[in-house]
Amino acid sequence: MHSLILFMVLGLSLVLVVATLVIWLSKDLLVAILASAIVSLIASIFFLVLQAPDVAITEAAIGAGLTTGILLYAMKIAGRYEDD
Amino acid sequence: MIRKIVAFIFAFYFGFILYSFIYTHFPFGERPLKGVAAHYVEKGVQEEGATNIVTSIVTLYRGFDTLGEVTVLFLAATGLGLLLAGWKEEEKEKPEPTLIMETTTKYLFPLVLLFGSYIFIHGHLTPGGGFPAGVVIATGYFMMFIAQKEFKPSEYLLSATESFAGTLYVITGLLGLALAFSFLANVAPLGVPNTVFSAGIIPIIYIIIGFKVGSEMTGILQHMKEV
Repeated sequence: MHSLILFMVLGLSLVLVVATLVIWLSKDLLVAILASAIVSLIASIFFLVLQAPDVAITEAAIGAGLTTGILLYAMKIAGRYEDD
Repeated sequence: MIRKIVAFIFAFYFGFILYSFIYTHFPFGERPLKGVAAHYVEKGVQEEGATNIVTSIVTLYRGFDTLGEVTVLFLAATGLGLLLAGWKEEEKEKPEPTLIMETTTKYLFPLVLLFGSYIFIHGHLTPGGGFPAGVVIATGYFMMFIAQKEFKPSEYLLSATESFAGTLYVITGLLGLALAFSFLANVAPLGVPNTVFSAGIIPIIYIIIGFKVGSEMTGILQHMKEV
């Protein structure tokens, strides 16, 4: 059971690193916003594994839900593509 | 380019610090607790009656911090409203929401509100509390904003709820000052732990915070939507 959780965490960590690189390198802000929602979701799973359900529920609601919405509205104002 | 390299080095350093912290603490929860943490874990349920110890720390032992957080949130919402007021762009062509989105959100919205209320009413028993509950409610409203064309909650009602809840929170704190000589003291009867009507003023505070955060976040989203 313990090693199963460890493998799951390792796999999710890989996804987390890839999603962070996508946020960093992407010129398309819509892709970056959705990748940041994925980062928050994985972080909330990590909080659950670390036995902090209070933090996990807050991270899932704020990081994956509300922040994505606010950033989407901000993207509507700022424009979708980042220019150099 | 240099900026990216510096950022990468900083991120690597930060990650190294976090990793070393986790590595030294790894089997979590096995170290003996000391000082105030031990007091919270051993005496928390007897003193405040909440089975979710995190809740009793957030609302009672560290109640001033929560009042500060609520104030910060209020200032942020007010500042955003001030910044975006009178900044209306010309009407653009908005894409029509599809029938699936419209129908789904119409039936999902009451369930989301119910779930949010469940989280703040059961804040002293199960994980959660006023802040996540308010955000869940605001997310439900966000869902309605993007999927329903004619959905517009009254701005007056939102700010009235927010101000009323904020005032009630301070009044609850002052009640503790008047009856037990300490701000935000747990003056209500504690009841039997692990039941809904227990833990004194914690459920009252969390219901107030849930309403306040929910209306505030909905207000922020509505301001952002109208620009």
